[in-house]
Amino acid sequence: MDQLLFAVSTIIVGVFGCVAYFYFSNILLDRIYPAKGPNAGANINKANAIRPWLFVLPALLVLSLYLVYPVFSTFFLSMRDTRGEFVGVDNYVWLAGDDKFRESLGNNLLWLVIVPAASTFFGLVAAGLTDRIKWGSVAQSLIFMPMAISFVGASVIWKFIYDYRGDNQGEQIGLLNAIVEGLGGTAQTWITMPFWNNIFLMIILIWIQTGFAMVILSAALKGISEETIEAAYLDGASPLQIFFKIKIPQIWGTIAVVWTTITVTVLKVFDIVFAMTNGQWGTQVLANLMYDWMFRGSPDFGRGSAIVMVIMVLVTPVMIWNISNAHKENR
Amino acid sequence: MEMAGTKSRLTWAVNLAVGFLVLLWIIPTFGLLVSSFRDRDAISTSGWWTALSASEQNVIVRADAPDNARPDGAVWVLTGNVFDSGSGNVTAFGITSREPEAFAPGEVATHARGHQITVEANGDYRITYPEEPSGNRGQRLFVRAESPPSFTLDNYREVMFAEGMGKALLNTLTVTIPATIIPILVAAFAAYALAWMEMPGRALLIAAIVGLLVVPLQVAFIPLLKLHNNIGIGKGYLGIWLAHTGFGLPLAVFLLRNYMAGLPGEIIESARVDGASDFAIFRKIILPLSFPALASFAIFQFLWVWNDLLVAKVFLGTGEDQVVMTGRIVDLLGSRGGDWEILAASAFVSIAVPIAVFFSLQRYLVRGLLAGSVKGG
Repeated sequence: MDQLLFAVSTIIVGVFGCVAYFYFSNILLDRIYPAKGPNAGANINKANAIRPWLFVLPALLVLSLYLVYPVFSTFFLSMRDTRGEFVGVDNYVWLAGDDKFRESLGNNLLWLVIVPAASTFFGLVAAGLTDRIKWGSVAQSLIFMPMAISFVGASVIWKFIYDYRGDNQGEQIGLLNAIVEGLGGTAQTWITMPFWNNIFLMIILIWIQTGFAMVILSAALKGISEETIEAAYLDGASPLQIFFKIKIPQIWGTIAVVWTTITVTVLKVFDIVFAMTNGQWGTQVLANLMYDWMFRGSPDFGRGSAIVMVIMVLVTPVMIWNISNAHKENR
Repeated sequence: MEMAGTKSRLTWAVNLAVGFLVLLWIIPTFGLLVSSFRDRDAISTSGWWTALSASEQNVIVRADAPDNARPDGAVWVLTGNVFDSGSGNVTAFGITSREPEAFAPGEVATHARGHQITVEANGDYRITYPEEPSGNRGQRLFVRAESPPSFTLDNYREVMFAEGMGKALLNTLTVTIPATIIPILVAAFAAYALAWMEMPGRALLIAAIVGLLVVPLQVAFIPLLKLHNNIGIGKGYLGIWLAHTGFGLPLAVFLLRNYMAGLPGEIIESARVDGASDFAIFRKIILPLSFPALASFAIFQFLWVWNDLLVAKVFLGTGEDQVVMTGRIVDLLGSRGGDWEILAASAFVSIAVPIAVFFSLQRYLVRGLLAGSVKGG
C-alpha cells in the first residue's frame, strides 16, 4: 500500500510540478518583457520568440536525456571493453565472428520477412471480408483483441497450445498435438524442433499484429471512393477482381505503412523469445542476445551496446522513410 | 436471378470465412481461459476442450474401512459414495484392476473373499460382508464415471495469495498509473507549441520526434542504468516512471500535435485577437477539444506500460516489492513450467484489465492507431 501512496504522490507532485512550471514560467516571461511601457512592441516580440520554447522545454529535456543522449552514449560504449578501455571496432569484429550473433541476425531477418508479410496478408483478408458482412465490427473486435494482451500473456497462451506430453504422460493437452494425433500424426515437441520452432514463435506475433493491420487497412478500404468501385462493377468485374485490381492498388501507401510499422516491432521483439525459449534451440534474436550480454553473470556492456547498434542500423531505413513521409504531409 | 444466387452464395462464403477466422483468433485465448477455471488434475489429464461437455473418466476410489461396517440382520454392511464431492454418473464399475469395467451400475459383484459389492449409477456403493470384517484398508473400487463440467476459482485464489500475483498486480499498478499520466501533460504543452506557435526550427523538431518514434528502446538501457546509478536513483519506481515517460513522449507529442494541428485555426486566432494568452488558449480551448487524442494516447501508454516486460526487467529490482506481473509470469514459466493451472490463472489476472480497457475504449484506440500510423507514415 505504501508504494501506491508513493505512486499517487508522484502523480500529484508530477502533475502539479508540470502545471506550476508552465504557469509560473509564463508569468515570469510576462514580467521580464511586459507588454506595456515604452518598449511594449519590442517586448511582445521578444516574449513571443521565447514562449514556444517554454512550452517545449520539458519535453525536449526528457527526450534528449532518455532517447537522444543514449543513442550516442551507446555508440561510444560499443567501442569499449568490459574495463571501459577504448577498443575501436573490436566488439563489432567479435560480433561478426560470433555464432550466436549470426544465428540471431539470421533469425531476425527471418522474422523480418515472415511476420510483416503474414500479418499484413491476414489483416488485409480480414479487413476485406469483414467489410462485407453485418457482424463485421464484432468480428473485427475479436480479431483485434490480442493487441491488448501482453507478449508474455500471449506466450503463455501459445505455450499451452504447443504443449507436449511424452509417451507415458497420458493424452495430449496441447491443442496442436491433440489435433495432430487426431489426424493420425505423431505428437511433437514444437518448441525445440530446429528451424520450425522459429515459425511457431512468429505465429504468436502474427496473431497479435494481424488485428493492428486489419484495423488500419479496413479504414483505408472504407476511404476508397465509391465511384471507382461502382464503375468496375458496372463493367462486370467480379468481387475478387474489384478487390485485387481496384481496391488494393489504391491502398498501397497504407499497406506500406502497416508493413513498416510491424517491421519496427519485429526488430525489437524480445518478450516472446525470452518467455518461450530464452533463445535456446536455435531461436535467439538480437534483442534477447543483447539482454543476455547486459545481464549475464559478468555483463559486457561493450558487446551489448554493439548488438544494440546493429538493431539501430536495421531500424534506420524505416526511420528515414517515416521522416520523409511526415515531411511531405506537413508541407 | 442468377446474379442474386451468386451473390447470396458469396455472402455465405464470406460469412463462413470470417467465422473461421474469428474462431482461429479467439480459440487460443479461450482455451487458456477455460483452463484457468479447471482443477489441476483435470488440466493435466485431459484437454481443455473436453471440459465443456460431460467427461468420462476412470477413477479408482477406496471404499470405507471394513472396521466401520455396521451389522444389518445377518450381514455386515458398508455404504458410501464414490464421488468425494459433487455428483457424477457411474457408467460401469469393477473390483479388480484387470477388469475395471466388468459390471453395470446396480449389478452385484462378488469378491473372491466372499463379500458382495454394488455401485449404483449415482455413485452410492454398498458392500455386504457375510461375517464381521476387520481391517482399515477399504475395498478398491474401479469406477468409470461421467462427470458434469466442473469449474473452480481455486487457481485464482492460489496465484493471488500464494504465488505472488496479488503483490505483482499492485506493483504493476504502481508503475502504470504515473507512467501514463505524467507524459500526457508534458507532451500536451509541447504539442501545442509545435502545432500553433511560431518558432524557428519547428519543422526540424517535428522531424526529430517522428524519427524518435522508432528508436529501439534497447539503446537506452545501458546509458540510463548508468545514469540512474550515478545520480542515486538506482533501480526502482522513480527510475521506471522517468524511463516510461521518456519512451512514451515521442508518440504522445506526435499524436497530440497531429490532432491539435487539425483543430480549426479561427477559434485560436480569434482568442488571440481578444487578448488571450497562449497559456489560457491552451488550457481553455486546446485541452478540452483535444480530449479524444489525449484519451487515445492514454490508452496506448496504459496498455504498453501494463504489458511491458523488458523495461521493467531493466529498471526495476528483482525483489518481491518491485516485480511486476509480466515478470512474475516469466518467473513462473521457469519455475512452474508444467503447472498450467497456475500459469493460466496468472496470465488471466494480468490480461483481464487490458482486455476490459480494450473493449470499453476500443473507439479511442482505433482512432489513435489511425492517427498514429496512417497520417504520420
